[in-house]
Amino acid sequence: MESNKPAMRVLTALFALIFASLAAPAGAQQLLHQERSLYRNIFVTQIGDERCMLFQYPRPLGRESCMLLSQPDKLIFDYTQMMMAGLYLNPKPAKLLIIGEGGGSIPMAIQQMLPDTQIDLVELDVAVDRIAKRYFNFKPGPKMKVTIADGRVFVKRAIPQKPSYDMIMLDAFDADYIPEHMLTREFLEEVKSILAPNGVIVANTFSNSALYDYESVTYRAVFGTFYNLKLGNRIIATRLGGPPPMSEIRANAAAVEAEFQKRGFGQSFLLPLFTTQADWNQSARVLTDQYSPSNLLNALPRVR
Amino acid sequence: MAKKSALWSYTIAGWSGFYVMLVELLSGRLIAPSFGSSIYVWGSVIFIFMLGLSIGYLLGGIYSQYAPSVSKLCGILAASALTTLPTVFFGTAILDFMFNLIVDPRFGSLMTCVCLFLVPTIFAGMVSPYAIRIIVKNRESSGHDAGYLYFVSTLGSSIGTLLTAFYLVLLFEINTILLVAISISLVLAGLGTFANHGKQ
Repeated sequence: MESNKPAMRVLTALFALIFASLAAPAGAQQLLHQERSLYRNIFVTQIGDERCMLFQYPRPLGRESCMLLSQPDKLIFDYTQMMMAGLYLNPKPAKLLIIGEGGGSIPMAIQQMLPDTQIDLVELDVAVDRIAKRYFNFKPGPKMKVTIADGRVFVKRAIPQKPSYDMIMLDAFDADYIPEHMLTREFLEEVKSILAPNGVIVANTFSNSALYDYESVTYRAVFGTFYNLKLGNRIIATRLGGPPPMSEIRANAAAVEAEFQKRGFGQSFLLPLFTTQADWNQSARVLTDQYSPSNLLNALPRVR
Repeated sequence: MAKKSALWSYTIAGWSGFYVMLVELLSGRLIAPSFGSSIYVWGSVIFIFMLGLSIGYLLGGIYSQYAPSVSKLCGILAASALTTLPTVFFGTAILDFMFNLIVDPRFGSLMTCVCLFLVPTIFAGMVSPYAIRIIVKNRESSGHDAGYLYFVSTLGSSIGTLLTAFYLVLLFEINTILLVAISISLVLAGLGTFANHGKQ
């Protein structure tokens, strides 16, 4: 035993080091809540002023929903700010459908900015809605209606009522799982059919995998040319009958600038991202209900 | 000659196992656009496939008591394939009908599965006990034969599951996969009937 002591000491020190290096970042991160919902694991964490809803813990690289406790109205992620750029295509939608709730930051921001807008919000997972209300200050007002349902089923059921939305925002995908039936030509056709004649579609999508090409040609097949805002995530934004010209985008951007600035971003960030250039493989296959291996494609690297 | 009929029986049971899981996996894909892909949709799918197989085992066992032959086994395989054809040609229409009829996605997906998948699965279930009847020649070897048959048919199922989920959906449309699988069943049934023509 005597001869083992120095070795033991070295080992102990090594373990302590490894443990400390693992514990250091996690130590600052406080786990406020965790639950296993019907669809996923959900964690609510806090680091200092920042509170997040995560689907993986410890914190992954993927998409998440966070807010600053001291400035709860601020939109802190690029992709949520980029989704808001949808308002550059129509700054005052009277009727809005949002599919995918997350922490509820986008619906809350729009509710505050446009108190007269009627908002239908659809979320699949009742636990996400509950946690958004409890931990993320999500308070739907009288003009907002939250429905717990599959996004595609909601849209399909809405078609006979001809709801005629002025804007539809699709934000139903998280970092590692895509509902494949919500990334097909048929689904987008259904979405298109419940849009008003000049309706705007805004979609939060992927940009890093093989799926990018397939997704791009699928949106193109249904909506034609679109603005392609890319930065980690990719936001697709267009209007039925073709995207509005940049002059109109700039005018609308100026009109909502003050409201956006209150939330920590503005046109200097968003406008340079607007492009209609097709930077994807245009011969990729359109995704359909018959062919929709989106999760498999998302796991494959992008070949250029 | 006994060996030849046993070989055909194993082949058909193995392919039938493959076929059932291929159809089961694709059925979930077909239903998702109308009723989502939640756990209850998969619950409906698995319930109907299990129910169909169990009824099939029962009926296959009974049917095996009446002059069993490889040709009749081929007939069962062909029936399972042909009763899948409505899914290819009327699947969307039946889904739309159920979507409008039933709002609750649990019972909507359940009734869709009853209409589209119960009958082909019953025929698929009939294959295994019927094949065992052809293979088993004496009591001593019956357990061994049954074990070997389960091995082949369930191995077929596992391969059918993995191949469909990992590769086939990445390469082909759902209906293409189904039509090719149906064709393989029919060709196999035809060859089996031809090769065992007139034998009991």
